[in-house]
Amino acid sequence: MAVVTYIFSGLFAMLAVYFVYFEGFLREDVINNPYNSRQELFAEQVIRGKILAADGETLAETLVAADGTETRSYPYGNMFAHAVGYSSHGKAGLELLGNFHVLTSNAYLPERVMKDIREEKNTGDNLVTTLDVDLQRAAYAALGNHKGAVVAIEPSTGKILCMVSKPDFDPNQVDAQWEDWNALDPADSVLYNRATQGLYPPGSVFKIITLLEYMREDPDAEDFSFDCDGTLTRGDYTIGCYRKTAHGMQSLQKAFANSCNTAFAQIGLGLDADNFSQTCDQLLFDQKLPLSLPYSRSSFVLDSGSSDSERMMTSIGQGETMVSPMHMAMIASAISNRGVLMEPYLIDHLETYTGNTVRTFRPKAYGKLMTDVEAKTLTEYMEQVIAEGTATSLRSLNITVAGKTGSAEFSSDKSKSHAWFTGFSVGEEKDLAVCVLVEEGGSGNGQAAPIAGKVFEAYY
Amino acid sequence: MTNLIVELSKYGLSILAALYTLLCFSILKKKGTVEKVQGFGLQLLILFFLHFLAYTVLYLKTENDNLLVFYVLQVALITFVQIFFQTVYPKVNRLVLNNMCFLMAVGFIILTRLSYDKAVKQFQIAAASLVLSFCVPFLIRKCKFLENIPWVYGGVGLALLGIVAIMGSVSHGAKLALSFGSLFSIQPSEFVKLSFVFFAAARLSESTAFKDVVITSVMAGAHVLVLVASRDLGGALIFFVAYLVVLYVATKQPFYLLGGLGAGSAAAYVAYLLFSHVQVRVLAWSDPFSYIDKEGYQITQSLFAIGTGSWFGMGLLQGTPNKIPFVEQDFVFSAVAEELGGIFAICLILICLSCFLMFVNIAMQLKDSFYKLTALGLGTLYGFQVFLTIGGGIKFIPSTGVTLPLVSYGGSSLLATILMFSIIQGMYLLRVDEGLKNEKKKQKRSPRRGKAEKTKKES
Repeated sequence: MAVVTYIFSGLFAMLAVYFVYFEGFLREDVINNPYNSRQELFAEQVIRGKILAADGETLAETLVAADGTETRSYPYGNMFAHAVGYSSHGKAGLELLGNFHVLTSNAYLPERVMKDIREEKNTGDNLVTTLDVDLQRAAYAALGNHKGAVVAIEPSTGKILCMVSKPDFDPNQVDAQWEDWNALDPADSVLYNRATQGLYPPGSVFKIITLLEYMREDPDAEDFSFDCDGTLTRGDYTIGCYRKTAHGMQSLQKAFANSCNTAFAQIGLGLDADNFSQTCDQLLFDQKLPLSLPYSRSSFVLDSGSSDSERMMTSIGQGETMVSPMHMAMIASAISNRGVLMEPYLIDHLETYTGNTVRTFRPKAYGKLMTDVEAKTLTEYMEQVIAEGTATSLRSLNITVAGKTGSAEFSSDKSKSHAWFTGFSVGEEKDLAVCVLVEEGGSGNGQAAPIAGKVFEAYY
Repeated sequence: MTNLIVELSKYGLSILAALYTLLCFSILKKKGTVEKVQGFGLQLLILFFLHFLAYTVLYLKTENDNLLVFYVLQVALITFVQIFFQTVYPKVNRLVLNNMCFLMAVGFIILTRLSYDKAVKQFQIAAASLVLSFCVPFLIRKCKFLENIPWVYGGVGLALLGIVAIMGSVSHGAKLALSFGSLFSIQPSEFVKLSFVFFAAARLSESTAFKDVVITSVMAGAHVLVLVASRDLGGALIFFVAYLVVLYVATKQPFYLLGGLGAGSAAAYVAYLLFSHVQVRVLAWSDPFSYIDKEGYQITQSLFAIGTGSWFGMGLLQGTPNKIPFVEQDFVFSAVAEELGGIFAICLILICLSCFLMFVNIAMQLKDSFYKLTALGLGTLYGFQVFLTIGGGIKFIPSTGVTLPLVSYGGSSLLATILMFSIIQGMYLLRVDEGLKNEKKKQKRSPRRGKAEKTKKES
């Protein structure tokens, strides 16, 4: 009978211990969930804390008028629109992500109790983000009036340093202009965060992945050579290089640096569709991203039944493949970080309104997307893109950059294309990965790479 | 002023609950009778103070004048129960009595907060059940035939479960209750739990020969299978575990316990593969946030409630526990955690543990194997049910949809639990009788063919 007593006492003890563990460790992440409507209860007792940039600049704050009316103010207006988000008419961005944190006060306990008793509101904690005002400003200015997105990540930690999406909006005007913003189709709306939610054909930036797959499948990949005359035809389908340029005799490295479509279509025809699909899975296509912001899942469509034309198109990033700028930035950052993807994050730490640190969010490794050697080889190839390939506009930078440009056709009108650049700095003490997408921007070198250049300039 | 009281009450209620809980365990170490009696008195005082504080807050926040009358009636009921038991049965186990009152009081408080009408109904049933329970210890002492009619318990119990399985009203996929019109329904399985334990105890105290064990096990298995057929998974689990424990203690064969657990696990796995409603429960447990709209809704609301409440709670009427589906029945613990706080909730776990330990303790002291097994079986029923409901609410285990005895809303559950506590009290008083007989026997130093002595020889 003693055995029974011990077993049941053990069960009760487990309940109590798990309960304490939940309240102590799991609680915050559980209740900081957009579905938790109980957060609204806090708003009645706590004044929303500030959202701050990494250097302490105020990105959002609540101003309390003499009569107690609260207004949320965003000093940077449109510049941080999608990153910081808004907090009335629903919530978005950091206002949603950190809603519970800004509505929780960890101020000095006796002070809080006194305020509770006096029916005064307490002041919520401040959210100190990973966002870098200089980088955000540079990216925001460089993107100009184009639609598109710019994302910069610190590869060694996963800190999101800047995230711009255009068209944008002024979060100070949410109440006034809400109806107008929502009159449009959601995907055309200014509220849509193109950096994470926008899905685009990757075009030539996808050649990074085709190259990786080719090197995985063929140990003699480096011996590849191909004579490009500007087009490649299989059956009744013809694929052409950008502006039908004939690149001539191409080694693998040259074909990658010049972004030679015909050479990569040729490579694509020889790849095993299932293995290719597996590599893409590993790189998080058709998978959940380790990202707490709302995002769209990237997709990769190819199987052993796919036709030659589908294989050719897919290997140069046309076909049905779709990817978000954030996802491309994550792939670049994993290559930069020896194949290890760090989970991207926006909240660095929480502090009380008086500045005492409450909780620090540590960088978290998601996992290895590729081997050390693979990442190193890809870096060498991507360096050549700037040194002697398509991204000539970045040669003037005073740091070494590895990257890839892309010009992705997105409709039957072959003269229009989205401009892409994804890349990272090499050999610098502070590392940085940048991804730029300019909708209908034309060529990657002409439109996207220079914007990335401005971001690198602002950082180094 | 209201705000001050409401705010301070959060801390006050937590501290009072903690003190009460502390006494549950510290009193037992005290040697002196006077000290113990003082301890139990202090516990009762804390209980009344906690109850008063909670109703003060409820009244201040709702300004519902009915609450004043309701409060006085509750105090009257608890006082009456305490006085009655202590005068009519002076040797009553005070800790079990106090815990029963405490848990009922917490139930009244949280139900008043969730739904005044349901709280009133709960109170009426509690009052009727308590009056009924007054004679239980007397009957236990007087009815010597209780251990001679195992097949009456088994037959009636199985028949009742069978009727529910066939004619029961379906609610949310499970057949639990018999409805009589729209006003009145009962859950027979709550009472069959008791008869089931009596059956198992009566049979196994009579014989633990292999053949008898097989026959008894077949009958017990039939109970469990009928419950599974009614989709009452929580009930089936509780019956199963209670039987295993009684069987193990009766036979002292670890083989039965381990074999039973093994067979049970295998059966649970088969049930998981076969039944979609089992899969849903497991899915809602393993990854509720991915299915937050549907399968995981209830458990995520429960976790939001517990997490939002944190250590000291939101304060009574300051949270939104009604967002949890079935909060008054299966998730009442989460409502307590949200509004009265995590400390209070942990105290609740410990008070339930204290009840369980007292039940087993009483079982250990009993010499007659029928009473011993019955007390143990009832204790197991109680302990395992508490584990299932709290474990399910905090996502420690998949939710099985059972109630927290004495706290959750539900007439059948309340009546059955009050009867269970009274039966245990009856057994406790028997133990006192047994002790007295032994003493008398020693004084006379003459052989007596008393019940106590007979069983002593057998064991």
